[in-house]
Amino acid sequence: MIRLENVYKTYPDGTEAVKDLNLEISKGEFCVFLGPSGCGKTTSMKMINRLISLTSGKIYVDDKDIMSFNPNELRRNIGYAIQNIGLFPHLTVWENIATVPMLKKWSKQKQLDRAEELLELVGMDPSVFMYRYPSELSGGQQQRVGVARSLGADPDILLMDEPFGAIDPITRSKLQDEFLKIQAKIKKTIAFVTHDIEEAIKMGDKIALMKAGRLVQYDDPATLLTYPKDEFVRNFVGADRVLKGLRLYKAKDVMKEPPVTVKIDEDPARVKKRMEESNTKWSMVTDEKDRFIGWIASDDIKGSKSIKEIYKPPTVTAGPDTPLNEALSMMINSTIGTLAILDEDGKMLGVLSFDIIRDMLGQEESEQQKETKASGEKS
Amino acid sequence: MWQEAWQYFLKNTDKILKWTVQHIYIIIVANVCAVIIGVTVGIFISGKGRERIAEMVIYFASIMMTIPSLALYGILMGILASLSLPSIGFLPVVIALTLYGLLPIIRNTYTAIREVDPDMIEAGRGMGMGETQILLKIKLPLAVPVIMAGMRQAIVMNIGIAAIGSYIGAGGLGQPIFRGIANYRTDLIAVGAVCVSLLAIIVDVVMGRLEWLTTPKGVRIRLRRKS
Ligand SMILES: Nc1ncnc2c1ncn2[C@@H]1O[C@H](COP(=O)(O)OP(=O)(O)O)[C@@H](O)[C@H]1O
Ligand SMILES: [Mg+2]
Repeated sequence: MIRLENVYKTYPDGTEAVKDLNLEISKGEFCVFLGPSGCGKTTSMKMINRLISLTSGKIYVDDKDIMSFNPNELRRNIGYAIQNIGLFPHLTVWENIATVPMLKKWSKQKQLDRAEELLELVGMDPSVFMYRYPSELSGGQQQRVGVARSLGADPDILLMDEPFGAIDPITRSKLQDEFLKIQAKIKKTIAFVTHDIEEAIKMGDKIALMKAGRLVQYDDPATLLTYPKDEFVRNFVGADRVLKGLRLYKAKDVMKEPPVTVKIDEDPARVKKRMEESNTKWSMVTDEKDRFIGWIASDDIKGSKSIKEIYKPPTVTAGPDTPLNEALSMMINSTIGTLAILDEDGKMLGVLSFDIIRDMLGQEESEQQKETKASGEKS
Repeated sequence: MWQEAWQYFLKNTDKILKWTVQHIYIIIVANVCAVIIGVTVGIFISGKGRERIAEMVIYFASIMMTIPSLALYGILMGILASLSLPSIGFLPVVIALTLYGLLPIIRNTYTAIREVDPDMIEAGRGMGMGETQILLKIKLPLAVPVIMAGMRQAIVMNIGIAAIGSYIGAGGLGQPIFRGIANYRTDLIAVGAVCVSLLAIIVDVVMGRLEWLTTPKGVRIRLRRKS
């Protein structure tokens, strides 16, 4: 747990970087410090491990005042990862990862074991990478090692300053996904700095949105998107906040039963009748084992052609955990505007369509209107 | 002349060997001193908030380099005599060479340490390294090749300056040169000059190799990639 109370930071040159910051990060929570460049995110984060001294106020880690620790001891118990990674070029991958264990004077064997374990955790093969040097790694691999190093001595708390910043968007997205999986396993208390709203929504349990040294709103991503506190927040999260909100939902949260499903060996005439009755243009076709194999259009059912001859294999399918924003873009790219949601074995779980997503957004909007109306009546 | 020089060389190999050993000995002693003092001073002035001191130290070290060696020997002889220490021979020459060697070593140590990527230092500090650990585990290993380059410069330069030390009785490969000048014997001068140059070239090659060997492996790879 991390708690900041009335924290102020004024730099020697007079810059008031942080003003009256109050914030609590619960145990195991992923908190993202978000805001435009220069708003004081890095300063706030670095005060937690005393890389930057507080001008006034208090910071507690697990209810203990950070000023009561020796700064180096404090830092060895708080994981730290920075934007430019800062791997030591003269040390091998394992020596880099074992930096804090080395400082804590673990035995060499224990350091090696730990480095191996962490390399596996971040998805790198220890037998390949343990003895490599940072200069022999790709940018993404270096970032992974940076993350592994911050977990070196298994700290309860992690501070991460734009750890996926200096990397191409595709690799970044992959690293984010991987890190979320890791976090689901290790459940660290995390203070994570970014200026990227997308990253904040994707990663954070909570988002602390800052502006000019002050905390403007501290909420979970859905609340931040749905109920922006003021004009600044509304603008910062962007006009497309509704679309951004889609990433918070998964396909399985909103998918529906398909109105009509068709077995591959069914009689085409009966299928056509069923589809006309339920007024559907496209139906899902499944094989003998209930696995989804494609779509059939009612217009294509003519004459004596069997289903097998006229069904169309899918261009894309999604899984139950696909975020809705991705599902939406898949739909746009598919020819039929409907997306089949399948489990790992290819069995059909449900469908998503534009209508389903629109209905869901409609509900959100009306709830929000009710809310603002209600609060308007109160005041 | 070359014929005669060769004859002289063959006849007096033992003497030349003795001078060479003397020469190398002076160089080694002087440069060990220069490295110890230079690296210590270099590390000291690279500390936070010591930029002014650093500027001054490097300035004085550069002025030292501009003093002609004969004049420096003269000054040192005066100082040593007043301290009733041996004012000719080995001691003043070693002191002079140490002083000449300081600038490249101090300058390179200072620059190398100052130029270590601040992200690396930040990462080290953020993980709980103390200042000494940052110096020993990050700054110095990364600075060593550059410090070695400074040493190489200092030693090669000093091999030439040490020859002049023979003038005040320190022995070494300056002996044949000064004898040759006194006795109009160009063959002696040639032998001395060639030996000094050869020594400088060999030491330069050896030090170059050493510079490579002391470069941390991970940094070598990076250098190779860049080139
Ligand atoms: N060492 C420093 N000295 C003076 N001002 C600083 C220093 N570090 C940061 N600042 C200023 O403090 C403000 C907040 O900086 P920072 O916390 O780095 O912002 P962010 O991480 O949100 O981009 C900025 O205006 C920045 O210029
Ligand atoms: Mg920052």
